[in-house]
Amino acid sequence: MSGYEPYMLAGVILIPLALYALVAHPNPLRRVIALNVMGSGVFMVLIGAAARGEGPADPVPHALVLTGIVVAVATSGLAIAIARMLHRMSDDDDDGGGAGEP
Amino acid sequence: MPPGSGPGIARRAVAAVIAGLLGVVLAWAVLDLPSGVGPLAGPVRAGAADAGASNPVTAVLLAFRAYDTWLEVVVVLAAVIGVLAVARTRELTARTPPPADPLLTWMTGIVAPLTVLVGGFLLWLGTSAPGGAFQAGAVLGAGALLVWLSGRRSVTALRAPAMATLLALGAAAFLALGAVPLIAGAAMLDIPEDIATELIIAVEAAVTVSVAVSLAVLVIATRAGDGDGGDDA
Repeated sequence: MSGYEPYMLAGVILIPLALYALVAHPNPLRRVIALNVMGSGVFMVLIGAAARGEGPADPVPHALVLTGIVVAVATSGLAIAIARMLHRMSDDDDDGGGAGEP
Repeated sequence: MPPGSGPGIARRAVAAVIAGLLGVVLAWAVLDLPSGVGPLAGPVRAGAADAGASNPVTAVLLAFRAYDTWLEVVVVLAAVIGVLAVARTRELTARTPPPADPLLTWMTGIVAPLTVLVGGFLLWLGTSAPGGAFQAGAVLGAGALLVWLSGRRSVTALRAPAMATLLALGAAAFLALGAVPLIAGAAMLDIPEDIATELIIAVEAAVTVSVAVSLAVLVIATRAGDGDGGDDA
């Protein structure tokens, strides 16, 4: 035990919760948020795992998480742009929302 | 449950079971991890200063795993290109900023210059302490968004060629960092140790600009409102 298990386990709890939301929620925006929560869970596990040893933390997982955060933001931006385009297109098809659009 | 309102109960149940199993396996894996840092931590700390950055995280990002960071910058660029493609535009000059709020305008006058100062400091700090291109880019991007939210044109003032240049600057700097050693006969990204710190700061400066502009463009281009086919302008 290194004292960082609670952080890693908190991340581990976030991952399946977000996976369920990703599959179960039809709303694209909720799915994007679920994807972000899942990413945050992974980041928490990695940061917790980096601090397992004595002394300073392992810099390699820190660098991975740093790049991961930026990629997550970029992915979210693109996903939201596509979700909005889908929303507009389904509005054009029939007023009142198309299939799969709550 | 009406049709088309989402996955059925069976699919939700399967998702819940799989998610629960994943949680159990992950918890088991995390608790079963051996204590102690991984095998890379020691070599990274020992070689960080020689690689041009005494901050080991920056050394990993810009030296030991520079290829990874390079492609990550390209991923951000690809995401911005995707967002602009979905918006069917090359520039955001048609986007009008939200109406100016006196309080926000006053606050931005104080905070926006500070974001430049803090961003520049984080960039400079990156080689020797926690900080670097992505943190500095995030701060600068937030400053650019603040300027836009207070009713002024920020990155929306950029014409397509200027915006494309700023967006691609980081990836281009990495390309130069990777390709020049190849021409000189060394391995890709094999930068000489005596000027490694200067090269790292130069590449980080370019990445900072690209990340800042990318983040601001991502937010403004995906924001509800104008430039959206005119449905909710």
